Amino acid sequence: MRIPEVAAGAKILSFGHYQPANIVTNDDLAKTIETNDEWIQSRVGIKERRVAPANESEIDMAVHAGGKALAGSGLDASDIDLVIVASCTLESQIPNAAARVAHRLGIDSPGAFDVNAACAGFCYALGTASAAVRAGSARNVLVVGTEKLSQWIDWTDRATAVIFADGAGAAVVTASETPGIGPVVWGSAGDKFDAIIIKDRDSFLQQEGQTVFRWATTALHPVAKEACDRAGVDPADLAAFVPHQANLRIIEAIARKLGADNAVIARDIVLAGNTSAASIPLALSRMIERGEVQSGQLALLLGFGAGLAFAGQVVEIP
Amino acid sequence: MAVSEQEILEGLGKIVNEITGIPASEVTPEKSFVDDLDIDSLSMVEIAVAAQDEFGVEIPDDQLKNLKTVKDVLNFIQA
Repeated sequence: MRIPEVAAGAKILSFGHYQPANIVTNDDLAKTIETNDEWIQSRVGIKERRVAPANESEIDMAVHAGGKALAGSGLDASDIDLVIVASCTLESQIPNAAARVAHRLGIDSPGAFDVNAACAGFCYALGTASAAVRAGSARNVLVVGTEKLSQWIDWTDRATAVIFADGAGAAVVTASETPGIGPVVWGSAGDKFDAIIIKDRDSFLQQEGQTVFRWATTALHPVAKEACDRAGVDPADLAAFVPHQANLRIIEAIARKLGADNAVIARDIVLAGNTSAASIPLALSRMIERGEVQSGQLALLLGFGAGLAFAGQVVEIP
Repeated sequence: MAVSEQEILEGLGKIVNEITGIPASEVTPEKSFVDDLDIDSLSMVEIAVAAQDEFGVEIPDDQLKNLKTVKDVLNFIQA
């Protein structure tokens, strides 16, 4: 038996993102549920979100975002030999999303599987992609986070309807002589499995807001610090901190405790809502597009959500 | 050594001020967090976490919703 020559590291070549065209503002929501713009902004920090129409699926959004990341990578579809889709809101559980997304992007017979780690899904998938490249199991990997949360939301429930949204983000990962993706720090708290839950196929998403808020604002900054430590990066040297876009107050609390004093803090939630596994690549792709971060700089990604699951790693901006 | 109710009240006032910006002097026993001080449910969690650090008493979420007034919190911490 033998194993292929392994790569020293893995890096991100490109990002891509997609949002549905339909914007839903807080005022729009206030027409049908008991809420208002001030209440929503003060509690979760969201001004508007995108909601996909009935004829636009999480697969469609993944194809759009994945296609952009692929175009930006300079690679051909035929160069991709593994596709990983992170999602927790698929309309159908069989078949998986990854093979369908790959097929529509013209990627011929790649390894293809889905990851469900909810809002931590993209960081789990990115960590898995990095490990696959470094182990010689794949040369180039397309990683996509896509969510259509709107199809699992009770639009009369103000506790969830004001928070969640739709979108997709993607990245292409390849081998590198120098590391461009740091070690992933991941874990879970299954004792809190019912804090964020869709109980059965006839139910909508429910969230214990206070439980999740307490966990997120007390348990996650050590994970963020550990991800920096494992990569040998001082938080003060981060150019960007891109946590899952759960709630602006959670984002700011973790950022404050982390001490990423020189980093641009992703606040994409304000205009994108909470898009679960899509939120990190969506936010970072948009920050790159706006020129807020530069190629070669370091960003800390930190996903966390239902499970409860969490994962984080430092990455070099492509 | 037991901490006096006055000391807890002062500590709580400082915590509420740091988290919400409300003057500590307004944090008096008869005040309701939601109705009088206009403090929302997420800020209550932050106050509970800070109170745990300060006084060493855990206030779980299922208890937190029963603590309506400043006096309720003082009693819980002293119990």
